[in-house]
Order: sequence, then structure tokens, then C-alpha cells
Amino acid sequence: MSMSSGSSNLGFEVKDLELINLTKRFADFVAVDDLSLTIPAGSFFALLGPSGCGKTTTLRMVAGLEDPTEGQILLGGADLTRLKAYQRPVNTVFQSYALFPHLDVFENVAFGLRRRGIKDVSAAVTAMLELVELGNLSRRKPAQLSGGQQQRVAVARALINHPGVLLLDEPLGALDLKLRRQMQIELKRIQTEVGTSFVHVTHDQEEAMTMADTVAVMNKGRIEQMGAPVEIYDLPRTRFVATFLGQSNEVPGRVTGSSGRDILVDAAGARFAVPAARSAVETGDILVGVRPEKLSISTQGTDIGDGVNAVTGKVIDASFTGVSTQYLVMTSWGGEWMVFEQNHTLGATLRPGDEVIVHWRPEHTFGLAVDSPAVDGLVAESA
Amino acid sequence: MPAIVPTTTAKTDAPAASSGSSQRRSRTAYLLLLPGLGWLGVFFVIPIATLFFTSLQAPVEGRSGVYQAAFQISNYAQALGDYWPQFVRSFIYAGLATVLALVIAYPLAYFIAFKAGRWRALMLVLVVAPFFASFLLRTYAWRTILADEGAITTALNALHLLPEDRILNTSIAVVLGLTYNFLPFMILPLYASLEKIDPRLIEASGDLYARPFTGFRKVVFPLSLPGVVAGTLLTFIPAAGDFINARLLGAPGDSMVGTAIQVNFLQFRDYPIASALSFILMAFILVVVFTYIRRAGTEDLV
Amino acid sequence: MRWLRRNIIGIIAVLVLVYLFVPIAVVAVLSFNQPEGKYNVTFNEFSVSAWQNICGVPGVCESFALSIQIGLLATVIATIFGTMIAFALVRYRFRGRDSTNLLIFLPMATPEVVLGSSLLALFLNITFPLGFWAVTIAHIMFIVSFIVVAVKARLQGMDPRLEEASRDLYASPRATFRYVTFPLVLPGILGAALLGFALSFDDFIITFFNAGTMVTFPVYIWGAAQRGIPVQVYALATLVFFLSLVLVLVVQGVNARRRRRLEAAVASS
Ligand SMILES: Nc1ncnc2c1ncn2[C@@H]1O[C@H](COP(=O)(O)OP(=O)(O)OP(=O)(O)O)[C@@H](O)[C@H]1O
Ligand SMILES: [Mg+2]
Repeated sequence: MSMSSGSSNLGFEVKDLELINLTKRFADFVAVDDLSLTIPAGSFFALLGPSGCGKTTTLRMVAGLEDPTEGQILLGGADLTRLKAYQRPVNTVFQSYALFPHLDVFENVAFGLRRRGIKDVSAAVTAMLELVELGNLSRRKPAQLSGGQQQRVAVARALINHPGVLLLDEPLGALDLKLRRQMQIELKRIQTEVGTSFVHVTHDQEEAMTMADTVAVMNKGRIEQMGAPVEIYDLPRTRFVATFLGQSNEVPGRVTGSSGRDILVDAAGARFAVPAARSAVETGDILVGVRPEKLSISTQGTDIGDGVNAVTGKVIDASFTGVSTQYLVMTSWGGEWMVFEQNHTLGATLRPGDEVIVHWRPEHTFGLAVDSPAVDGLVAESA
Repeated sequence: MPAIVPTTTAKTDAPAASSGSSQRRSRTAYLLLLPGLGWLGVFFVIPIATLFFTSLQAPVEGRSGVYQAAFQISNYAQALGDYWPQFVRSFIYAGLATVLALVIAYPLAYFIAFKAGRWRALMLVLVVAPFFASFLLRTYAWRTILADEGAITTALNALHLLPEDRILNTSIAVVLGLTYNFLPFMILPLYASLEKIDPRLIEASGDLYARPFTGFRKVVFPLSLPGVVAGTLLTFIPAAGDFINARLLGAPGDSMVGTAIQVNFLQFRDYPIASALSFILMAFILVVVFTYIRRAGTEDLV
Repeated sequence: MRWLRRNIIGIIAVLVLVYLFVPIAVVAVLSFNQPEGKYNVTFNEFSVSAWQNICGVPGVCESFALSIQIGLLATVIATIFGTMIAFALVRYRFRGRDSTNLLIFLPMATPEVVLGSSLLALFLNITFPLGFWAVTIAHIMFIVSFIVVAVKARLQGMDPRLEEASRDLYASPRATFRYVTFPLVLPGILGAALLGFALSFDDFIITFFNAGTMVTFPVYIWGAAQRGIPVQVYALATLVFFLSLVLVLVVQGVNARRRRRLEAAVASS
């Protein structure tokens, strides 16, 4: 196991957060389903998933605002499960900030300290407001702040308590795109500075990938896959992950044999090589997948060389986006594929109606199960 | 990059504490309810029950104004026999006043909800402002406005529109007074239900139906029905029980059931008859309220 | 003509507002009257004598003070009871919710004559003395429901996340109530109390049944209506009306200005 606790540069106690078989049922509906995971001390952890998949419920259980139906929550090895929200060394940045409208910025930030009976709060509050760059607004009421400022007050109000872990529930959801990018950088900076673990809930995949060192993709109350953003993107283990995180092109086929480290798949009248280590199935039905930017596209008849995977089709749409050209290709078996091609030459070289061959290197291929059940437990990834 | 470790541990027992804490919570709720509901129990429910028992009492022979426990259902027959015109008048006057109030209140409520813009808060204050002035004096002021030599009566008389050549001391004045007094009770619930309607719906209905009135009839009015129902109840009920307007603005022949209750209780000291009248009125209101609850439930009542 | 068609609803709305205020204007005007006979109904001659000598008629100011006393007492008690009920209704699940809602609604749906006469029936049967306490009891009974409704609305309008945030920030349930819930609901409670006071102060019917020989301000007016209402009563009523209106408008105005300032501040940041 990794370190269970330590201390960060700003005097934070940093601790591992462990969820063990955590389950939440609302009447018959399972919102969080037997979730087990460890968030190492000091990490920036993103919980990513579609609306209603149980992200908020998970955070609320960690915060103590919702009682788990089953399971345990440990922080630095100590069991929090039965503690009330106000007894837990965990703080939350709420989805809509939930700043106290009757208190000014200073008092909002001081709230947690005062409730813990700390008398002299002003130095700590001032320092915290400096950290989030709001020093000059301490006497404003929340309603007098812009969205981004409110968001920073919410972060300061939580962080000032030096929580063992900070929970952020879509903290940037209410901001416009530009401010959002700015705040992503800001949050990342603050996290690095204080060193405590951030658990950041979002359904924006780009946000999750740019901010987090670990991303967990959640679906229907379960975690489908977890790991570093690059790894998950490069090697999705389920169809859900492949499609939720970025775009994915797929062709259904059957495993027919193997050759060296690859398995061989017959699909759509062609043969594909998939590295065995990159496939979730070894026999029977399989989905062969590849990311759009890994593809090359040429007119049919062009020599593409040996040892590549290829499908044929017809261009049905070409759109020039500046950095790349995106082609939509109707494949020979009737599926639509997306191809992103760098604009090395000027303008789109292919037009709708052109018969094309789309090809890629086998090591970029991944294999997925066709019925794609949610992967149980977690895919262990190590650095 | 730290290691992510899949964790597998034996399942813990499900927390069993929840039922205990929810019991504790509902005990707090009962403690909070106790003083207020207790008060209503002792000074609202018990009085209504007492009213019922009193309505069945019989006079003690030879001592006027003294009654004893009995089961004299004939009190009800007598009350209805003697005072059915008052009941009929009460319901007619209150009914007319309610319809008038609805017609007058709707445009104002509609305007405040959709068109008032930044004047909305001010207009709402103005709607409740009459409550700051004495009910009795406001009612009495109608004697000045509707006076026989006053402008309104003179004008209408010139057009030969008044059957009795006057308004004051006629049933018209009583209905007008009732309409005026309970108008805010119609405006406020109407406004509350109109305000919940998305203004875009009105625009949409403007697109769908060529004539604005059709759009109103098919979209806005149906959505405002809860307010219409609430406003009707809140206007009709107090109007039906009122005796101030009849007394201050009407002729003696315009007396309503409230007058009969008041006179029998406070002047004749015929408590059983007065109680019977009061209880009949209460029973009628209860029927109306329970019909409403059967349709709409209790959660929106308060 | 087209202008008329387009603004017809606005015109009607203003006319209805005017209609609501005509009798009040009459009362205000008559407070400056020097009536010819004993009835202050038609305007005779301008005079400020009633205003200069507002307590000049025996009984007027005494009854006024009595109404204020009863109003304050009834409002304080009813506000405490009503607020407690509103909290129970919004914050707790309990058995008997439907009956509770009904018990709170019924007094509002019952005509005042029935409320007044049934209480009188009770007081007569248990020989409870009519007068100050009987009326105060009655007022608490009939304003409690209105307080519940007003406070409940405020509580329901409050974001539940604020209390969760407070719990998340180490505030025990008691501290959450004290530092978050109560300060946020307080304006609603004060508004409800104001409403309760207005209802109690102006109540005639229920009071009349249970006052015995006691004379509150409305009871005084009722009695005086037979023999002529003194001009001083008009002056007092006008004074109360304008003071309340100014108070409410000032509160409104302050709120509106604060809101506008906030919007401006947010827009500029
Ligand atoms: N109190 C509740 N009672 C019943 N069902 C609930 C309750 N709270 C949440 N749920 C259900 O649990 C599921 C998970 O909800 P949750 O709020 O955790 O979703 P989420 O992943 O945060 O979604 P979003 O991205 O929209 O915020 C949803 O289907 C929701 O309807
Ligand atoms: Mg959520």
C-alpha cells in the first residue's frame, strides 16, 4: 500500500481515502453499487461519469451527508462511516457553492474555524483569502460576487479547515467556458500548493483529463475503469469508457486465432491484429476499436503496406476544422467511422463520395467485449 | 504517480442505527407541533364540539337564557325554519360577490404576474395595503361613496338603472361591500398560481392560436385553476359568514346568516338556536373543504 | 384605439388598484372634516381639530391601546407556536401529517362568526370570563395558521444545501440552527408576525363575540357607528394606515435598492 498519511507543505495532514464495498440504495434503486477504491494521499482524483451515475451520492456519503446502505469509508485508516458530517475531517465544495447569503466572504470562510471553537481566525482567513486571490473582497456578501469569485470563496471556506480530503462536486459547472478553463488551472495550482487530496466530480471529460492525475469513470453506480488519463484514453477497457472518454471507432468481429503477441480477428471480411494485452476478450465475439486520430485515410488502391489494420468505405462528410480535417466514413459493413487527419497539406484532399481505405497500426488497436458488461472491481494500473 | 490499489475487504454490517434516529426525529417533530396544535385542539376543535352540544341543548323551564344538556334535534329544524331566508341570502350574496371579485381580480393578478416588471413588488404591497386600514371604517366609507345624493347614485339614477332609486341600504350595496372587502383574498391566490406559469408558454400560445383570447382560454386559464379555486374558497367562505356589510350597508331586510348568529348569541341569548345556525354554516364549509381535499390532497392547503 | 387595445389589461389593473384605495381615501379625507351632525359621512368643512386632539374623545385612545396590547401579546405567542409547527412540517417526517395540515387549514377556512361563536359557546359552558384573556386566546387561535403558512413558505424556499454546508463545516445540528437556519428564516418570521399583528389588531367579529364588556378599537368603531363615529377615529385609522404603508414601502425600497446594487456589483466584476 502507499503511504497512509503524511503532511504537506502547508501543514495539511494528507491521508489516503478508502471506500470499501460502498453501496447506497434509495428504496429499490441502487445509486452506488458496491464501490471499492483507494484515493492515495495528495492526489488529484477525478470522478467522471454521465448524469445520474451516482457521483454526487458517492461524495455525499464521504462527506457524511448521506448514510451508506452498506460499506465503509476510511480516511488514513480511521473509520469515518458512523461519524456525523460535522465530525468528519472532510470538506465539500458544493455543486452550487451553497455560500451563506447572510454572511460576508470573511465570515463564510471563517465559519468552520469558528464552529470548532477557534478564537483568533483572522490570520488564517486572511491567508486563505490570499491563496484564492480574494483578499480585497472580504467584506462583500456572496450575492455581490461573480460566479468565479463565489467559486473561490467556496474553495477557501472548505480548505481553511485543512481537511484530510477536499470534495468538489462539479465546482465549475456553473461557469462559462473561458472562466472554467481559468478556474481549472487555478484549482490545480491550489491543490499543488496545499498538497491535500482533491476528489473532483465532473461530467466534463476534458476537465477530468487535464486536471486529474487519476480519473475514475463511473457508470450506473459502478466504476468502469480507473487510471491515469493517458492510460485510460489509450486503452479503454469497456465500450462505455471508449465512447464516454473521447471518440471511438469500432468494428464487430470474432477472434479466430493468434500470431505472436497479437490475437487475430475476422471482421467485415477482413482480418485485424489486436495486441493480446490490449484486448478485453481472448475468444469469441469482440469489438475491434481505434481512436479517430490514430487513423490514416487514403483513396482506395493506394499502397498502404503490410502489417496494418484497414477498413474500406466511402467518405460521406468532410469538415475542415483548422488544425485537422474530420472525415465521416461509411464503412463497407454500414458503420460510421470518424477520422481526424492532420492538415499537413492545404485543404481537404478527399471529398464526399470518394472511395477510401482507412488504416492504422495494430498497436493502436484495442479489443472490447461486445455486450460490454461493467468491469467489476478495478483495473490495476501501476506507474 | 501513485499506485491505485484495488481494495477488497469483507462487507461490513449494514448500519442498523437509522430506524432509531428516525424515531428520535419524529419525537422532536411532535414536540414542535404540541403547543400550537394543542392550542388549536383546545380553542378550535373543542369549541366546535361545544357548539354542537350547545346546539342540542334545551331551555330550562322558567329561566330565560339558561339551557341544559339535551338532544333537541328540533333546534335545527327551528333554526332552518326561522332563518332559511338568511341562509339563502348569505349564499346568494357571497356567490355574487365571489363572481364579481373573480372578474375584477383576474386582470390585476394577470397584470402583476406577467406585465408589471419592476413594479411587481410595489403592486403586491398595494394589494395588501387596504388591510392596514380598519375593515370597519373602510366598509363604512362606502356609505359616503354610495350615498343617495352622491355622484354614483345620481348618475345611475339619471340613467334609470337602479330598481329602488338608490344603492345604499339595498342588497346591491351589501354585495358591493362584500366584493370590495374580500377582493385581496381573490387577487393573492390568483397571482400565486399565475406567477408559476412560464411566460414563454403565453408566447407559445400566441404562436399557436391566432386570437390571443383563445390562447388565454386554452393555456393560461386552465393553468391558473388552482388559484381560481383557492381564491373562490377564500372569498366565498368569509363572505358567507359576514354580517358587517349587511349591517353597515344594507337594509334590515338584507340580514345574513352571520347577523342571525350574532343576534341570537349576543342579544336574544338563544344559545341553542345560535349554535345550530353556526354549526350548519360550519358543516357546509366542511363539505366544501373535504370535497376539495378529496381532489387535491392536504399538502397544498397550508 | 390600438394603444387602448394593447394596454387594456394595464388600464384595468390600475383601475382595480384605485378601486381598492377609494374607501381609504374617503377615510383620510373625512379625518379632516368638521361634520355637520353627529354622522361623519359627508364632507362639510375642512378642519384639523381631530388631528390636533386625537385622544379628545373619551374611550378612543384607550380602545386603541388595548388593541395594540392584545395584538402584541397574541402575535408573540402565535408566532412562536406557528414557527415551531412550520419547522416540524418542513423538516420532519412524522405520522399524522395529513391531520396536521387539515387542523391548520380549517381555522383559516372557517367563517369568523363560527370561530367567534364556538369559542363563546365554550367559554359560556365552562364559565370562563369574557374579556382580555378570552380575546387574546381567540386571537392566538386564529392567527397561528397564517403564521404557519408564511413561515413554511420561507422555509421551503431555503436551499437545503446551506444547512448541509453548515454541517459539513463542523456545525452541530444546534449550531447549524443558530448560525444558519434561524438567521435565514428570521425575515420570514418577522413578516409573518407583522401579518399576525395586523390581523389581530383589526379583528372585529371574533373579538366582538368574546370581548364581554371590553372595548377594543374595532369594537369601539362598531358601537360608535350607531351614534356617529368621532372624527378622531378616522384620524387614528389614517395615521395607522400611512405609517404601515410607509414602513412597508421603505423596507421594500431598501431591499430593491440593495438588490439593484448587488446586480450592478456582479455585472461590473
Ligand atoms: N434522495 C434520493 N432519493 C432517491 N433517488 C436518489 C436520491 N438522490 C439521488 N438519487 C438517484 O440516484 C442516482 C444518482 O444520483 P447522483 O446525484 O449521485 O447523480 P450524479 O452522478 O451526481 O448526477 P449529476 O451529474 O446529474 O449531478 C440518480 O439516478 C438519482 O435519481
Ligand atoms: Mg451530481
